[in-house]
Amino acid sequence: MAFISVTSPHSHRANSTAGVMQQLLLATLPGVLALFWFFGWGILVQITLSVITAVLCEAGILYLRKKPIAFYLKDYSAVVTAVLLALAIPPIAPWWIVVIGTSFAMVFAKHLYGGLGSNPFNPAMVGYAFLLISFPLQMTTWLPSEGNFGASTGVENTLQLIFSSSPADDASNYDAFSGATPLDELKTQLDLDQSTDILQQQDVFKGFIAGAGWDWVNVAFLIGGCFLIWRKIISWHIPVGFLAGLGILAAAFSLYQPAQYASPLFHWFGGGCMLGAFFIATDPVSAATSDKGRFIYGFLIGLLIYIIRTFGGYPDAVAFAVLLLNLAAPTIDYYTQPRSYGHDKPNRGTAKKDS
Amino acid sequence: MEIFIAIAAVLGMATIFGAVLGFIAIKFRVEGNPIVDQIDSILPQTQCGQCGYPGCRPYAEAMANNDEAINHCPPGGEATIQELAELLGVEVIPLDQEHGEEQELPSVAYIREDECIGCTKCIQACPVDAILGAAKLMHTVIVDECTGCDLCVEPCPVDCIDMLPVAIEQNTWTWDKPAGVGESSVERIPVTNIQEAS
Amino acid sequence: MSRNTWKFHGGIHPPQNKQQSVSASIRQLPLPDKLILPLQQHIGAPGKVLVSVGDRVLKGQLLAQAKGFVSANLHAPSSGTVIDISDQPVQHPSGLPGKCIVIETDGKEQWCEIHPIDDYRQMDATQLLATINNAGIVGMGGAGFPSHVKIGTQQTISTLILNAVECEPYITSDDLLMRERAAEIIEGLQILAFILNPKEILVGIEDNKPEAIAAMRRAAQESTEANPGAPCAVTIVSVPTIYPSGGEKQIIQILTGKEVPSGGLPSDLGIVCHNTGTVHAIRNAVIEGKPLISRITTMTGNLVTDPGNIEVLLGTPVSHLLQHTRTSANQIHRLIMGGPMMGFSMRSTEIPIVKTSNCIIAADDQEFPDAPPEQPCIRCGACAEVCPAKLLPQQLFFYSKSKEIDKAKHYNLMDCIECGACSFVCPSQIPLVQYFRFGKGEVRKSKIETDKSDRARMRFEAHQERLEKEAAAKEEKRQQRAAANALKKEKQAKAKLEKEAAEAANPSTAASTAQESSNEPSNNDADEALETLKSNATKASKRYQQAKKALQMAEKNGADNIDKLREKILQLETKASDAKKALKEALPSPAKKIPAKSDATPNNTPKETDTSAVIAAATARVKVKKAQNALMAAEASDASQEVLEHLSTNLNTARTELEQHAPSEPTTGEAQ
Repeated sequence: MAFISVTSPHSHRANSTAGVMQQLLLATLPGVLALFWFFGWGILVQITLSVITAVLCEAGILYLRKKPIAFYLKDYSAVVTAVLLALAIPPIAPWWIVVIGTSFAMVFAKHLYGGLGSNPFNPAMVGYAFLLISFPLQMTTWLPSEGNFGASTGVENTLQLIFSSSPADDASNYDAFSGATPLDELKTQLDLDQSTDILQQQDVFKGFIAGAGWDWVNVAFLIGGCFLIWRKIISWHIPVGFLAGLGILAAAFSLYQPAQYASPLFHWFGGGCMLGAFFIATDPVSAATSDKGRFIYGFLIGLLIYIIRTFGGYPDAVAFAVLLLNLAAPTIDYYTQPRSYGHDKPNRGTAKKDS
Repeated sequence: MEIFIAIAAVLGMATIFGAVLGFIAIKFRVEGNPIVDQIDSILPQTQCGQCGYPGCRPYAEAMANNDEAINHCPPGGEATIQELAELLGVEVIPLDQEHGEEQELPSVAYIREDECIGCTKCIQACPVDAILGAAKLMHTVIVDECTGCDLCVEPCPVDCIDMLPVAIEQNTWTWDKPAGVGESSVERIPVTNIQEAS
Repeated sequence: MSRNTWKFHGGIHPPQNKQQSVSASIRQLPLPDKLILPLQQHIGAPGKVLVSVGDRVLKGQLLAQAKGFVSANLHAPSSGTVIDISDQPVQHPSGLPGKCIVIETDGKEQWCEIHPIDDYRQMDATQLLATINNAGIVGMGGAGFPSHVKIGTQQTISTLILNAVECEPYITSDDLLMRERAAEIIEGLQILAFILNPKEILVGIEDNKPEAIAAMRRAAQESTEANPGAPCAVTIVSVPTIYPSGGEKQIIQILTGKEVPSGGLPSDLGIVCHNTGTVHAIRNAVIEGKPLISRITTMTGNLVTDPGNIEVLLGTPVSHLLQHTRTSANQIHRLIMGGPMMGFSMRSTEIPIVKTSNCIIAADDQEFPDAPPEQPCIRCGACAEVCPAKLLPQQLFFYSKSKEIDKAKHYNLMDCIECGACSFVCPSQIPLVQYFRFGKGEVRKSKIETDKSDRARMRFEAHQERLEKEAAAKEEKRQQRAAANALKKEKQAKAKLEKEAAEAANPSTAASTAQESSNEPSNNDADEALETLKSNATKASKRYQQAKKALQMAEKNGADNIDKLREKILQLETKASDAKKALKEALPSPAKKIPAKSDATPNNTPKETDTSAVIAAATARVKVKKAQNALMAAEASDASQEVLEHLSTNLNTARTELEQHAPSEPTTGEAQ
């Protein structure tokens, strides 16, 4: 017989980091299916490519860092980063886009900062921002949504688009398929002094709320997000703050000048809003920690997204807003510590010597 | 004309700001030389002299005024060097082995009392007056006050002083730091069943 | 009966596992052969032992007396003989042994004289408090805080709370106690209410114990009916089942909505909170006059064939309980004292049951499997959601891990109650509680270190000051001595001048000067005085002779002012006779001093030679040791033959030296 000496508690809830990550992956399924339905096979190819790259990068770096590879790979965090990045980039982006993006995310944004739990920025969004700045053309070229799991584009065509050595080779082919996203189009049109009336006129906006297919994709991610909240994988504070921030600004502006500014609904269900609110901004490693802090963090992301979307140079802004607030998260944490039991008021700021 | 206005303005501003700065310099002057106190408060106060100075404060003064290196304090070890580096804004450097090695456990002097001849040499050597005794009478160490500086060991003519590590008791015991990521913090204790063995 | 309750932040719902041990009623075990009683069964100072090995003790006899205010008495749980007072394995997570009194029982269970109180309402509160204090009662829920300290608070108490929540899984000792002895618990509460005079008495019971709630309600009802004049009625409050609602701070928040201030006590809020077992023990102490010598302990775990609650004598080894509950001890993987959330793993089955042992869990690795390896924290915040103290455990974890104790303190590390809820929910399997315990240890250590270094600094400064003062005093003395010498010289010069002026020198003058000078140094230090006396004496005798010669010369020469001189001589003669008297008086004192010194010397001399011999012997011993060490080192390092020979001759000379000085002593070399 052998006893063990170990600190209390002796019983544990059966849960694990891997379990959390798996549920997160499960929750992306509705969104993936919606993307698949509206934009064809590309998304599946991108996810596959991204996951393979991420796992290889993680394994390689762990090997270089002399860490147990299997132990860390089993936590699924690399897969989650890969899937989130793949969901954010255009389905027909060339293969090297996703490979470069994913490896940048894994190597620079994650492991150079110390790996899981130590990265100050959301790796997927660092990868995305890196791609968006470096390859703006490839990163803004989307297929028009069609439905039917991309039947009209076809698997072969998609693969050809993704794996053709250079987009220029197939320029005609490429142009034939590609198009701008509703957010992009709206921005372009508004810059051309059009009014939001075009939302009712052009094909690209013909969804029920915010552009063909895009609203459904967002609804799908919203469903997945609700699943996460129900499973207590994420708390409601960040998504609600996020949507509130975005919605309040959008509502204010669209009430003030409806012709100039799109409605909150358009913003909520356009672009990567729901993906950002429920899957990206809620990455706990790089977010604020207390409940109050999380709400503020989400709220500020929402505000920033609206500001960048409306007044900035990019049609969608989830990545930049999230990265900026990642920077602010420690500060938010300092000023939103909860009031502990038995204390009159919460502590503020950082520790003082001999306090 | 404008040039004069400009000059006057600049001069005026310079005067005002100068006055403000001067006022602040007098009004909010930091009294004394607190950097020495700050350094002194970081040092472990063993007063062992291993740094080459007669006590912690002289070493603190030397660091503050003469740019003495921060790595001459073996009792403080790495932790002290880090704190000093942070306070003085210099780089963390490894402990200078010439001045001694960092001890893992704090130790305290014990006099083997039946061997003590009462020569009072250790009493004179003790920097914190932690040894009690009189000439030709047995001496003893006030364990609570001993800093473990080692200075009493050398002068003893009969080598009756031992530096013993401070024993851990139930009220001074603390939990170990868990092993960290990738490890399960379980300590296994082999147990033999006495009843079965007999 | 429904009363408003409040909620505390967080909390968890671990599997209850209480049903295993509630089916059987409380039972007793055969008397163990040996009772091991640790002196430290409570928070505070261990008691002072009143018995010695070989003493026969009676059941209930005081074995160790409380030392200081926060301490508790310890009594013999059964009659027998004290066979040992030594360090034994005890109930401490470190596994470090503690001092215990070991009693061999004689099976007679012979009680000492006890003093039951017939009607406690006739007593005054201080007397009852003393009774409780004498009975050695401490908090029996786990912490072991001496009860009389809580009850003896100077603050006005408005609420008395009975903490009957028992929120930890597996433990059912309070549950069974309430089911079977509800009336006695209510009686204990009435005693406490009589002492404290609160406005209300609240009993908090988790709603997973309906039988206990019913029993307590019935007993409370009967008590109210039986004593219509009772100061206040007992209210039984059913509280929702959530861990850790049984924490003192948490049950206070649940029942009153108030929070105990950080670093404060419940009595600051006018609240006193006691555990069920404690109140029952108080009742036994007052009504039956019996000190705390037994308690109800839950025996459970999947290796226990007969789980249940046992009324067990303090000091009973756990092995005795395992044996009598038919536990397969061979398969034990974890043996826990306390509950699965806050209990600690025992390292031996010989650890005794103490006042705070509410539960023993014998589990195999199926029931409590080893924790999987720790993974990195992903800051998911699950810990913060369940923390009943509303802390941010993941921040505390980072700061504890990196030993940044200032930051950890800023995040209120010291308010952590170590309930384990955070570790329970952590998906990364981080042993958070251990990190916090480590961090708290570091905080305490750093406090001790700072205190110690502050004290060392003060002592060093005092030491420096003293040295400086001593140096200054020496310097001053030196200067004084120099000044005194100069003065003396001046005086001597003056005297000489006077002498010359007198010309008709009289021996008595010289003698008187000698006398005066011989009297002078009496207020100097003894040694110095002695020396000056000596030198003065020789000087005086010299001058006396000089003066004699001068007188003879003067008589021969026949000076003119001889008349005047004679007058002066007359004066001087009287002076001289006075001076001689003084000298006679003065002489015995140096005479006394000198014999005193010479008395001391013969006494001292043998001692001194003795000591010097001891010193020489000790020095020789050291030399031998050093020589030996050098020789050994040389041997180890394969030194040349020459060096070895040289060293061994050295050693031999040292040994002979030692033998000369301490022939009776065997040399250390031979001993080795």
